[in-house]
Amino acid sequence: MDLKIDALTHRYGTTEVLADINLDIPTGRIVCVVGPSGCGKSTLLRFIGGLERPTEGQVLQLSDPPADSLNPFTFVFQDFALLPWRTVDGNVRLVLEDHGLGKAEMDRIITDVLTRTKLADFADALPKNLSGGMKQRVAIARALAVRPAVWLMDEPLSALDAQTRELLMDDLVGLWLRTPFTAVYVTHNLAEAVRLGHRIVVLSRRPGMVRKVIDIETPLENRTAGDPALAAIEQELWQLMRDEAEAADQELIA
Amino acid sequence: MSKPVPYRGGGFRPERIRGVGIGVFVALLLIAEWGTRAGWITNLTLPRPSDVIRTLYELATSGLLWTHLSVSLARLSVGATLGAGVGILIGLGIGLFSVMRAGLVPLVAALFPIPKIALLPLFVIWFGIDEMSKYMLIAFGTFTPTVVATYGAVDNVDRTLIRMGQSFGLTRASIIRKIVLPGAMPGILSGLRVSLAIAIILLTAAEMIGAEYGIGAYILQAGALYDLERLFAGVTILSLLGVSLSFVLSRIEAKVLRWRV
Repeated sequence: MDLKIDALTHRYGTTEVLADINLDIPTGRIVCVVGPSGCGKSTLLRFIGGLERPTEGQVLQLSDPPADSLNPFTFVFQDFALLPWRTVDGNVRLVLEDHGLGKAEMDRIITDVLTRTKLADFADALPKNLSGGMKQRVAIARALAVRPAVWLMDEPLSALDAQTRELLMDDLVGLWLRTPFTAVYVTHNLAEAVRLGHRIVVLSRRPGMVRKVIDIETPLENRTAGDPALAAIEQELWQLMRDEAEAADQELIA
Repeated sequence: MSKPVPYRGGGFRPERIRGVGIGVFVALLLIAEWGTRAGWITNLTLPRPSDVIRTLYELATSGLLWTHLSVSLARLSVGATLGAGVGILIGLGIGLFSVMRAGLVPLVAALFPIPKIALLPLFVIWFGIDEMSKYMLIAFGTFTPTVVATYGAVDNVDRTLIRMGQSFGLTRASIIRKIVLPGAMPGILSGLRVSLAIAIILLTAAEMIGAEYGIGAYILQAGALYDLERLFAGVTILSLLGVSLSFVLSRIEAKVLRWRV
């Protein structure tokens, strides 16, 4: 399902947060949105997911989502957003319960997604007993369970330590290679963007505007840590963001 | 020269120390016993703890203890269940619906500081001199703190979890039942602690008028006669009642809130 962001502008009161954003999100691609903090990238994601309404402009879906998708626009949150009173199994079950699936079908889906996220042995654990990386894998399993048409990932790895982040990036690449999915991936980490993004959108500081769109042709499976082409792109992104980040750092938060 | 660096950490963290609580109790009782026996506490100031215990024992063996206690427990459970139950419902309503919040929060704020005991005559007129006025007084007293605790607890439910529910297309009923209610449970239970203590306080007030039996009535009769042994025996029973209720709540919390860190 292709998406098109059409002349989207948003204001909180008199403060302009996003200004005239135009963007295409093609099916089966990961679009990374990077930008300095406070540039409205998470807000943009909430518009795409229908959790907030922009002041002007709109987000268009250019076709109907696949019929088997239970929740076409599915979020993965930075802070995982797991219910602490539900087990791993229960957290995945939560998002299936309202669809009238029947217990056997739910069990089948849960077993499948927990296996794919390497959590099959932890179905009965409570979130408090899980590491950060495992919590985010539960959130990814929960998202897999509803067969999203578009994944909306809001800094999904930012709350994790560097090693866990590397492992989870490999997991995400693995998931995408098995079944390519459409995703909008918001991050402030340029290495993540270069590793996972087919297209990288650089936003300016507030009000967020599209400064540059970079397409990376290297297939995801061939992207390695030392790749000079990728390093060059990361360097270019950093040059773009550096001044913005510095200026953003000097501003008071409204 | 080599010596270990000085330790500067630790402290500022409550630890479980067993037996000290009981120890303080026993020490105070022993001092009171010693004082009343030695004479530097007159028996008009404080009854002898051993006499209070004997009074309690006689009360228990005569069967009167059970008569008083069962009547009081019935009043307490009906009144508190009614007040806390309606309080939780109204509190959830205020927490979930802005119209109810706008309409009822000022009303609750106005009702909260009224000393419920002052309204006792009114309650007798409204609900009669029998059990109903006693139920209603206890219910009214537990209602307001429960409402305030409940809507505060709903307000404190992690909004990111509610956003998550919405983002997965959960129905409103599902969000309330599976996210808001369990999320508010810790706050509701700690509110219930306060409400139940207030219910015990009001029990005595409710038994001030037209009650033949009941712990409150027993205390008031003893007080009117300056029978300090019986007064203290009654107060002890109320204390024990409070401790047991608090213990039961702790067990419920441990079970319901197992998921907490």
